[in-house]
Formats: sequence, structure tokens, C-alpha cells
Amino acid sequence: MRQLVKYFKPYVFLLIILILFVWGQSFVNLSLPDYMSKIITNGIVKKDLTAVWSNGIAMLLLTLLGGVFTIFVGFLAARISAGYTLHLREAVFKKVEGFSLNEFNSFSSSSLITRSTNDMQQIQNVMAMVLRMALLGPFMGVGAIIKAYQLAPSMTWIMAGAIGVMVSLIIMLFIVVIPKFTIIQKLVDKLSLQTREMLTGVRVIRAYNNDETQEAKFNKTNLESTKLNIFVNRVMTLMMPIMTLVMGLASLGVVWLGAYLINDGSMQVGSLFALMQYVMQTIFAFLMISMMFIMVPRAAVSGRRINEVLATEPTIAEPQSPVHLPDKIAGLIEFNKVDFGYEGSEQPVLSNITFSALPGQMTAIIGGTGSGKSTILNLIPRLYDVSDGSISIDGIDIRKLPQAELHGHIGYIPQKASLFSGTVGSNIAYGQPDAEDKELEKAAETAQAKEFIKNLPDGMDNPISQAGSNISGGQKQRLSIARALAKKPEIYLFDDSFSALDFKTDSALRTALEKEISKSTLIIVAQRISTIMHADKIVVLDEGKIVGSGTHRELLKQSSVYREIAESQLSERELREEN
Amino acid sequence: MEKKPMEQQPKRPMMGFGRGPIGMGGKPEKPRHFKKTMITVLKYLRPYWLYMGFVALCAIISTSFAIASPKVLGNMTDEIINGLFSPKGMNFDNIAVIGFWLIGLYAISAIFTYIQSWIMTSISQKITYKFRRDISEKIARLPLRYFDRHENGDIVSHITNDVETISQNLNQSMTQLITSVVMIIGILIMMLSISWQLTLIAILILPTSMIIITAIVKRSQRYYTKQQAALGEIDGHIDEMFSNHAIVKTFNGEDRAIKTFDHINKKLHNSGWKSQFWSGLMMPIMQFISNMGYVAVAVVGGWLAINGKVTIGDIQAFIQYMSQFTQPISQTANIANVLQATAAAAERIFDFLDANEEKIEKDREEIDPESVKGEVTFDKVYFGYDKDQPIIKDFTIQIKPKQNVAIVGPTGAGKTTIVNLLMRFYDINSGSIKIDGVDTNTINRHDVRQLFGMVLQDTWLFQGTIAENIAYGKPNATHEEIVDAAKAAHVDHLINTLPKGYNTIISETADSISAGEKQLLTIARAILAGAPMLILDEATSSVDTRTELLIQSAMDKLSHGRTSFVIAHRLSTIRNADVILVMRDGNIIEHGTHQGLLDKNGYYAELYNSQFSHS
Repeated sequence: MRQLVKYFKPYVFLLIILILFVWGQSFVNLSLPDYMSKIITNGIVKKDLTAVWSNGIAMLLLTLLGGVFTIFVGFLAARISAGYTLHLREAVFKKVEGFSLNEFNSFSSSSLITRSTNDMQQIQNVMAMVLRMALLGPFMGVGAIIKAYQLAPSMTWIMAGAIGVMVSLIIMLFIVVIPKFTIIQKLVDKLSLQTREMLTGVRVIRAYNNDETQEAKFNKTNLESTKLNIFVNRVMTLMMPIMTLVMGLASLGVVWLGAYLINDGSMQVGSLFALMQYVMQTIFAFLMISMMFIMVPRAAVSGRRINEVLATEPTIAEPQSPVHLPDKIAGLIEFNKVDFGYEGSEQPVLSNITFSALPGQMTAIIGGTGSGKSTILNLIPRLYDVSDGSISIDGIDIRKLPQAELHGHIGYIPQKASLFSGTVGSNIAYGQPDAEDKELEKAAETAQAKEFIKNLPDGMDNPISQAGSNISGGQKQRLSIARALAKKPEIYLFDDSFSALDFKTDSALRTALEKEISKSTLIIVAQRISTIMHADKIVVLDEGKIVGSGTHRELLKQSSVYREIAESQLSERELREEN
Repeated sequence: MEKKPMEQQPKRPMMGFGRGPIGMGGKPEKPRHFKKTMITVLKYLRPYWLYMGFVALCAIISTSFAIASPKVLGNMTDEIINGLFSPKGMNFDNIAVIGFWLIGLYAISAIFTYIQSWIMTSISQKITYKFRRDISEKIARLPLRYFDRHENGDIVSHITNDVETISQNLNQSMTQLITSVVMIIGILIMMLSISWQLTLIAILILPTSMIIITAIVKRSQRYYTKQQAALGEIDGHIDEMFSNHAIVKTFNGEDRAIKTFDHINKKLHNSGWKSQFWSGLMMPIMQFISNMGYVAVAVVGGWLAINGKVTIGDIQAFIQYMSQFTQPISQTANIANVLQATAAAAERIFDFLDANEEKIEKDREEIDPESVKGEVTFDKVYFGYDKDQPIIKDFTIQIKPKQNVAIVGPTGAGKTTIVNLLMRFYDINSGSIKIDGVDTNTINRHDVRQLFGMVLQDTWLFQGTIAENIAYGKPNATHEEIVDAAKAAHVDHLINTLPKGYNTIISETADSISAGEKQLLTIARAILAGAPMLILDEATSSVDTRTELLIQSAMDKLSHGRTSFVIAHRLSTIRNADVILVMRDGNIIEHGTHQGLLDKNGYYAELYNSQFSHS
């Protein structure tokens, strides 16, 4: 929690003021019954109307004061909780932006998202609640007990009894019910999972005529959930009647016991009224305190999750004394005995990778799933750092370059095209925000995207929704290629970027690329042999090791792994033609 | 499967909904036909009308007793005060009698409150159960058309959120409505019986607080809406940036992302604290007004008491009544919103339950899967997803038993349409599809589907063991049969390498099984089902080459000796097919053998040549 506390420091002063106001609030609330009791004892019983009036006016003024205090408390609570989360949110976001993919892997990006959205909101809400309401609880509870004790010490037994019953009721309920809540949540998840299953599998289910089995399964969960819910609700609804009962009996106790005390002359009639108020105030105070016991642990879980993010240092840092590249580079990439393994896993993903990709050439990487071919691409822009060995551009180790400079020379096209909300144009210009329209259009044309952009209602200004969900996969992929082209980098990394395209577009795109970026260094990871069979060099990977490299023709002769892949994709005639 | 985006349902906001300061909701959704929907809900509740009557009775009893108790407690106070001033001293016997009466009142009220919620709980849960069961049964009766045109998420949300809303609101508002009304009337009567002057004060306080509260709510609602919008925006931005971290990094977008974030964050802070402050004002102001009422009653009551119009016990009772008065009133005021939210949820569910179903088929031709030869004829088939826009026009072809049919075409050409028609997921507009000469429209849908084994690229497996998944089409299969099928699909070895073998649970989250391996399992499933004809969808890119070889070999084994329809991506499959159907824009534009189509030099030739045109 150290990080979280650090960000709270600027608010300590405000918090102290807030606590003062809360104290004032409770002071007012506890004084009102005094005046009520005076109205009765000195006014009504003694038939003195001026005493009624003067005490009444004092009460009114106090009420006003209390109202003002409460408004200040609300104001400060809102300022503190919103201000604190403003800074915390900012800190978390900045931290995460500096993470490498290593940290993203160890947290998982969806977890990072919930941590900076839901968890953050949870903290803000609970903090506001605690500051505004729950803080009052202890003040009121302790104050009311003291006040009651001063009036009639024996009355505190009634309070103790009422609180005892309430607290043990709450504890008992939660011991019985809380574990069931987790089960209910699981059942709800299961219900929605099974519904989803029925919907996504509707064709298969019908193909195998299994509607009834599916329904029976769902019904079983449904029944289970119904039974458990009935049980939990029946226990939970015990709370209300018992609470009302306890409060009623406590008031009765005050009056009944009061009869004896008044008879003894040890208590005034008016104090009955005050005591009844104090009993109610104590009960409510304890309810608020127990509410805090339920809420705070939940917020603490969120706090811990956020703290974890803030306490993590990115594993890939900027170099201490950076070396700079010239504005224009050749783009020679050399892998020198590179090993790579994910943090905490024993199995290396890549071992002893040595090859070079020359400017003006197309270097292709092929291999099965899990052979590590995408990882090779990820190492070049330092999304991950090598575990051993080195990668260099134009002879300079990439770890010596400032990251932004390194990224400026690389055009990376990921396997799964991902776009940002905005327009077609803003997406293409993402790597080059000051690019001119003509440059963007040129990039779109080379990426074979010109045609479909022209057909969109607003062309280049057509909106793209989040994750690009309003255009097709193939279109997204072409825009993602245009985005890299618009940067005009010297190095292009294509991570199986052609698979979402049909054969026709694939080949047209390759022809256009060859014409436009003939001087650049191209590294292409591919599944389809037809995409890469004309590459200048093909590197064949198997289980993280290079098992062959050369041209298509050479590899067919030398590499059994390559031949196996080729045979599964090409016809005999094509294989023969190539030979 | 291709989604037809024609009837896009308006999306309800998912993110940022239901969060924010507690006790402040957004505006409730409005149903289209409130009255009609509520009547349907009442009909749904018919089996429980008697119970609900009893619930109402319990609520009336418990509330009445609760209302009586302050007055009785006031009597006790009066008894004390009388005793104080009477020469005989206090009559502790009388006090005890009143005390025991009160204990009785409290106890009875509590018991009836509990009986009422006991019954109401089971009613609302049983209704939840019934709604869910009806929805799940409805899913089985809806035509495929419905699922292709609606978002799955919407239907899931009917089962979870909408049903939950209805049951919770019914549970709450039903009893609240009764208790609140009884409370208001009862308390008014009791107040009037004590003093009309005091009652006037209590009643005057109500509109004052209502006016002030409406003003505050309006204000805070404005900031709340702004806050929710900013919250949605910031969640969206975080989601987008974190999910695309690699792109943001390689395109040097971090600083821009942080700038945008700061901008939204400030907006959120600005509306956030205001919304919280204004909604937080409600409580203190209400309390302030009720304190003022408290003071007014004390003063005026004191004056009345001095004049002998009321007793001290009356004042005490009156103060208790006043504190109980606001809650039922604000509850009744809120009930309109609750009912509207209920009706909106119910309407969505009823819309779903009322959707057109597949026709029930009776007196159909019998067809024995064992003796089907597998001759498939398309005769002048017309079909369109919209009835008046046919995409397949006048298509006729005869496929002989045991022939292999390849379906080819670019992405989005509608290759799955053929699957939809063969399996009768959709019915054709006109013409006929015949199997062994029998029109499939005259056979029961279930029987048609029994004739095909299906392996789709979208490898659907359910949460359950591997063995259960393989036996999905033949639930009574023996373990040996399951293993044989797995062996035939080349997946037995893989299964045995898993720690729990055939008992490994397949779930959405556990990624121990790759996409290609999942497809092998679906092939094993089709092998075990042993249908006389086949529909196959070849894997494209997500499968690694070695697994693809296994899949290919398994598919070849499976299709040997069976009439098979293959959505083909591999050239070897296409070239070896007996018939190729070439699809474009939903229609089948050419058909024939590989060589025949090449000689024709049409669309197929263009498609085929483009792949190897590269030099």
C-alpha cells in the first residue's frame, strides 16, 4: 500500500479539516436531544412557555449549524476522493504506458484494464462513502454512549444489549451468507456461459439434434441457482424484521426502565426523550461501522491491485548513455546468437538465432505454431529484450538506442490488425501525425486500400469505431499496412499480415509493395508458402531454432521441415515446376 | 458464421453502467407499451395470485401493528407522568401491562413481516426460474435466421440482467407498494387522532422538502450524466490503449495517449466531484428539514401540552410518526420508476419470447440414415436471406452418391449459405433440395440434420470432458468407440499426453488445447456420429502446418466413401473435387470440374490464376 499512501499525502490537511467538521456534526446531533429534554422538563412539565420558545430557537440554530457542517463534510469528501483518484489514475496510466510487453504478459492486458477502471472507481466510491458517512459512526456511537451514561448509567445496558444483538446478527448472517454469495456468482456465470454456449454453438447443436440435452443442462443450473437464491434471500430478509424489533424493544426498555428511575427521582421526565434518541443514534452508528467493515476490505483488494501496478518497474528501460542513429539509415538487421525466454518460464522460445536481413531484400520466416517466428519480430522494436546475444541495426546494438528513435525507423504490422477509434485518415497517419493528405493516399493505394476507402460514405474521413469493428478483417489489415507505409520507415516487419486477405488481394499487395519499398529491409512472417516462396531469403524455424535458411529452391532440397510444409500447401505440379 | 447487420438492435450501454455514487441512478429506461407489458407480467404471475393476496394480507397486518406501537409507547410515558403527579405514585402494574402489550405488538409485526418476505422470496425466485427456462427453451425453437440477425450478448443479457431486474423489482415493489400505502394512511390517521395542528406541520414539511430535493436531483443528475459520459470515455480510452500496447509503442504513441488521457481525466474529475457533492447534499438537507419539523413539533406540541390539548406521550408518539413518514412517501414516489424499469426489462424478454419460431413439422416422410445412398439434387433453387432479395437464383445441379463437392470463393462470398440450406438451418424460397429423391422440405428437420456430419472451422466445443465432447452426436457411445474415433481423427495421441486424458475438461479459458487440436476433436465427433453425408470447412491460417496435415488426413479419411461438401481453401482439395461450386456475392455463379472451369476461363480461372500470378 506504500504507493497508494504516497499519493494521499497532499490531502492529509484537507482530511484533518474534514474530521473536525465531522466532529462538529456529531456534536450538534448529540446536543439536540438535550434541548428536547429541556423543553419537556423545564417547559411543558413546569408550564413555562418561554422555556419552550428559547430552547426551541436554540435547537433551530443548532440544526442550521449542523446542516452547514454536513455540507462542508460533503464538499471536502467529494474533493478529496475525486482529487485523489485523479492523480492515482494518471499515475497508473503513465506507469502502464511505460511497461514493456513483459509486464503486459505478467499482468495480462485485461487485468491492467480492470485495475485502472473498475478498481479505481471502487476506491473512489468507497473513499467518498467512508469520508462522508462512515466516519461519523464512531464519533456518534461513542458520544451517544457517553451522553446516555451521564443521564442514567443503567440505560447503557439497554444500548449494549441492542448493539450486541445487532452485531451478532450481522456477523451470523455474513458467516452463513457470504460464502453462498460466491457460489451464487459462480452459478450466474455458469448460466450465462451455458446460454452463450447454446447461442454460439447453435449450428452444431442442431446438426447433432442436441437441443434437449443442452436445455436439460441449463435447467439443472437454473434449478440449483433458484434453490440457493431462495435460501440466501430467506436468511437475508431476517435482517429487517429483527432490526425493527430490536429498535422497538430498545425504546420500550428505555421508557420502562425510565419509569423506575423517574419514580426514584434520579431522572427527569424529559430525559426519556433524549435517551430514546441516544439509543437510536448508537444503533445507527454501529450499523454504519459495520457497513465500513464490509466495504473497506473490498476497496482494500482494489487498492492492493493498483498498488501492484504502481510498484512494478518496467523491465525495458531507456539506455543510460544513448547512441543516436543518423536520420536516414540503411536498415541492416543482424541477429547475433540471440536467445529468448519469457520471464519465469524454463523453456526458451528462441535459442541461438543468428541471421541478417539486408536492405532492399525480403527476408521471410516460416515455421509451425510455437516455433517462435512472431517472437523474432517482437524483439526488433524491443517489445521484449533478448535474454542473451544481441540484435543490431546498421551495426549498433538496439539496446543502446533511445526507444522512440528505434521505433521511428520501424514499420510494424501485427498479425491481428488493430485500429484506433477515429477516422480512416487518422489511423493511417497514426505513426506520422503531420503527414500530408497526399502521402496518406499514396500509402492507402500501395496497401490496396484505396478502392474500399473510396467506397466508404466519407472516404478518408469515414469514422472508425473502437477496435475497427465497423469494417471487415481484410480492410482492417490493409489499413494497418497503410499505417506502417505512411511512416516511410527503413525497416518493415510483417507478422503474418496477409492471412486475412484473399489470394487476389494478397498478390496485388505484394506486387505493389515490391515496387514501392524496394530499398527497405523487409522481414515477413508467414503461414502460406505462396506468400514467401519468392523471398530473397527464407529462414525456417522449428521449436525456436533455425533449421534451415536459403531460397525456396534451396530449401526444398535441403530442409525436410520446409519440404513438409511445402508439400502440404502446394500441388505436386507446382513443386515439380519449382524444381 | 456471417452476421447479417440488417436489423441492428440498439445497444444498451454496458460500460460504466450502474456505477458512480451510491443511491443515485441514471434515468430509468422507458418501455414502449407499459400497460400491455404489465398485463402480460400479471398473466405470468397468475399461478401465484393467491399467494400474493396472502402476502398483501401479511403486509397489512405487520404494518398496522407497527403503526400502533408508538401510540401505545406514548401511553406508557403518559402513565409515568400521571404517576409522577398523582398522590398514589406510579402504577407499575399498569406500566407492565402496557409493556407486555407492546412486546406482543412488536413481535407480531416482525413475524408477519418475515412471513411475507418468506413467501415473496420464493415467488420471485420461481418466476426467475420460469423466465429463464422459457428463454432457454425458446432458444431451441427459434430459426437460425434469428441468431444471425441478433447479438448473442443481448440474449445472454435477457437471461441474466433482465430476469434479475424483474425478480428483484417484483420482490421489492410488490410489498413496498402495499406497506407504503398502508403506512401513509395509517400514520396520517394516528397523527390526526393526536392533533390536527401538529399534523398540519408535518404535512407542510413534505412539499418543502420535495421541492428542494427535486431542485438538487436535477442539478446532480446533470453532473452525474456528465460523469458517466466521461467515465465511459476514459474506460474506452484505457481499453483501447492497453489492448494495443505493441502498436502504441512501435508507433511512438505513448505521449499522445497520455495527453488524451489527461484531458479526459480532468473532465472526469470535474464532473465527478460535483456529481458526488450534489448527490451528497440530499441527505443533509433532508435531515435539516426533518430536524426543523422536529423543532416545530416540539415547540408547538409544547404549547399545546401546556394548554392541555395533548399529552407528553402524544408528543413522543408524534415525533416517532414523523420520522417514519418520509420513507414510505419517497418509496411510493420511486415506485413509478421501478415499475417502468420492470416493464422495460419484461418487454425485452417478451419480445424475445414472442419472436417467430420454426414451424412444428408433423406427418413427415421417414428417412433411414442407414440406407441413405447420398444423392443430392438442387432443383431450381431460389434463396435469399431477405425473401424479396434472392441471392441464389435458379440453381440446379445433381450430385451423385459419394462425390466430393468443393465450395470456393473469396471471403464474404456466402459459402456458409450452402451449409445453411443443406442442413435446413434456413428454408429455400422456391425449388427443392432432394436427398435420394426425397424433398428435404417434406422430411422432419431433425431427420435431415441426422444425415450430415458437420465439421466447421468455428470449432464449437462445450464445457465438459473431451470424451463427452467426442460423444456429442452419440451420447450412448462406449469408451472404446470414443477412443476409436479419436484414433481415426489422429487426436488420441494428443489426448493421452494430457494429464487427465479423456477426462480433461474443455473450457473457454483453458488454452491447453490449440485451435487445430480442437478441430481434430470436432472431426472425431463427426466420425463417431457416423452420418452418411458430410459438411466440412477447411482450416485456414490459425492452424500450424503439422496439425493441418493431421486435419487433412483425418478429413480425407472421413470423406472417403461419403457424399461430402467441403468449403475449400486448399488447392489440392479443390482440384481433386468431383464438382466445384464457385460462389460470389452470395450466388453460385459457376460449377463444374477444375479443368472444365479453367477451360471456361471465367471467374474461377481468374481466382485460381491470381494466386500464382506472382513472379
